[in-house]
Amino acid sequence: MDDAVRPNALRAALEHRLGWPIVTLALLLALNAAFNPGFLHIEWRDGHLYGSLIDILNRAAPLAVVSLGMTIVIATRGIDISVGAIVAIAGAVAAWAIGGSIAGDVTRLPLPVVLLAALGVALLCGVWNGLLVARAGMQPIIATLILMVAGRGIAQLITSGQIITIYYSPYFFFGGGYFLGLPVSILIVALVFALLYLAITRTALGLFLQAVGINPTAARVAGVQARRLTLGAYAFSGLCAGVAGILISSNVKSADGNNAGLLLELDAILAVTLGGTALTGGRFTLAGSVIGALIIQTLTYLIYSLGVPPEVNLVVKAIVVFAVMMLQSGEFRATVAKFARRPALSDREVHR
Amino acid sequence: MNSRLPKPPSVPITPGHGGRAPWRSRTQSRYLPLAATIALFIAVSVIGSTMYTGFLSPQVFLNLLIDNAFLIVVAVGQTFVILSGGIDLSVGSVIALTTMVSAALVEKAGWHPLAVIPLVLLMGTAFGTFMGWLIARFRLQPFIVTLAGMFLARGLCYLISIDSISITHPWYAAVSQIRIPVMSDASLSIGAVIALVVLAIAVFVAHYTPFGRSIYAVGGNPHSALLMGLPVHGATIGAYALSGFCSSLGGVLFTFYMLSGYGLHAMGLELDAIASVVIGGTLLTGGVGYVIGTLFGVLLLGIIQTLISFDGSLSSWWTKIAVGALLLVFCLSQRAFGHRAASR
Repeated sequence: MDDAVRPNALRAALEHRLGWPIVTLALLLALNAAFNPGFLHIEWRDGHLYGSLIDILNRAAPLAVVSLGMTIVIATRGIDISVGAIVAIAGAVAAWAIGGSIAGDVTRLPLPVVLLAALGVALLCGVWNGLLVARAGMQPIIATLILMVAGRGIAQLITSGQIITIYYSPYFFFGGGYFLGLPVSILIVALVFALLYLAITRTALGLFLQAVGINPTAARVAGVQARRLTLGAYAFSGLCAGVAGILISSNVKSADGNNAGLLLELDAILAVTLGGTALTGGRFTLAGSVIGALIIQTLTYLIYSLGVPPEVNLVVKAIVVFAVMMLQSGEFRATVAKFARRPALSDREVHR
Repeated sequence: MNSRLPKPPSVPITPGHGGRAPWRSRTQSRYLPLAATIALFIAVSVIGSTMYTGFLSPQVFLNLLIDNAFLIVVAVGQTFVILSGGIDLSVGSVIALTTMVSAALVEKAGWHPLAVIPLVLLMGTAFGTFMGWLIARFRLQPFIVTLAGMFLARGLCYLISIDSISITHPWYAAVSQIRIPVMSDASLSIGAVIALVVLAIAVFVAHYTPFGRSIYAVGGNPHSALLMGLPVHGATIGAYALSGFCSSLGGVLFTFYMLSGYGLHAMGLELDAIASVVIGGTLLTGGVGYVIGTLFGVLLLGIIQTLISFDGSLSSWWTKIAVGALLLVFCLSQRAFGHRAASR
């Protein structure tokens, strides 16, 4: 009944695909602001912007990049659980290419080569996943499970099982530096997002990806190069994980084959789901995934600022995942609607 | 003893069994992944024994069972879930939660272990049942539901304590020391014996009970299973409940093995369990596979680890690379068999 008095604009906003993610994010930000008075304050310090919001954006950057790649993979009805391992491999390759020199300005290979090597290896990992899924026809979760298991071993092989500390200071620019007053990592995410957004809105790529996700067979019959697109999606996801690997290793100034990007694949899948992209493939939203990544980071920040042990974060995350998947489940909504509607048939039924 | 377990009967799983198609070739292709795993296990043992003296001793092989007892139990539960067409990512964290609850109740609350163990088993089963109910009732994706379950169980560990709790109760120490002599100079731990018993019961349940047959049917084709009047919801929930029970039993064995409770215990064990099931010849699409194969999957992983530790010059991360390579080979060959079966 209260539906009738609710302004139409609000209902339209909530029915928009990004409505609920944005509401969730706003709610979390409001909670943060309530518990922490200086939360929304942003100031100019040491030649760059400074504040909690900037910090959240900066820390969410690797997750956001990985989520963008994951969105494309999920759009093709796939899943990529190897991204955490690829992050570790990319970080390890970068650390190896920089070398262990303690002097702050010496590298084994020049910086562009370092970056190209890390991204190249990550791209190769993605292509490998793509070949297994698109050519060998494996289930995505299994195809990427192989690299998830073996990838950590490979990363440790590159770092000889050690945590390699990076001393080369120009490398720190990517994960910890500032450009035009903003953290470089945010700008990198913005760049990846902008390029991807243009590619899927200005070309038919987005349409083809959705077609493959909704019905691969129909897409192929209609002339879409389904296999090539799937391969491309996994390659792109690998590349994104490589970017995240550079951001993370540059931010923590070290490469750890065992723990870099640990559980990142799960966070990325969570971010994509929170953003409103269904795991069943098809329709996807890039902005939603970035918002999803921000939701996760804001939630983490809130838990830290409440003084709760950070490990408890996992319980909160679990509850959020349960809630989101219930809301996404048609069966659940039908059950709730049945209970809600039992007293009298309201006009809500007509809208459903 | 395990190698003398009866081979599972060739009950029809694949459609089109009714005809008088060449029975032998069909049976062969169905047993092929299992045979390949066993052959590979024997091959690795032979290679190991020619390369290193002392590798072929009975105790080395019994140690495979002792060191992997909890993994066998967990992987058996995982086999049922995968056979039903799902996946359970929460097994490792349920183990951690079980060790944590056991340690907290025994050490902090002063309960007797014999009261704690039934409670944690019940807890694990309830946890699995809840996830199975969500999956079956609301048609949620098993991957996401059990992922949330994994987060939840790990998080609950940290709610109990962030640090490791060591178990000093004499009962636990005594049970973990019990050795059952097998031959003159070899012995098994109580955990390994429990694992073998669980395996034997699981083989019986999977192949000789209506519940087991429904799980195969649901995994093969849920729609057909529903039309045949099989309890699809019940079988799905049962598979996850069984996996939850096996995970918590694995957790009890893990407690005997580690004598401590810790939220970081059994990190990534779900991957080992899934890898063992796949290497054991069970198809991840569900409906095809044998519980006994999972034992050899676990043993194959274990013997590779033993080989690497015997070698000494190879570092531990080669285990991960070897497991990944094995997964690749088995999945690719499964695809090849699958295509042949589909085209027939």
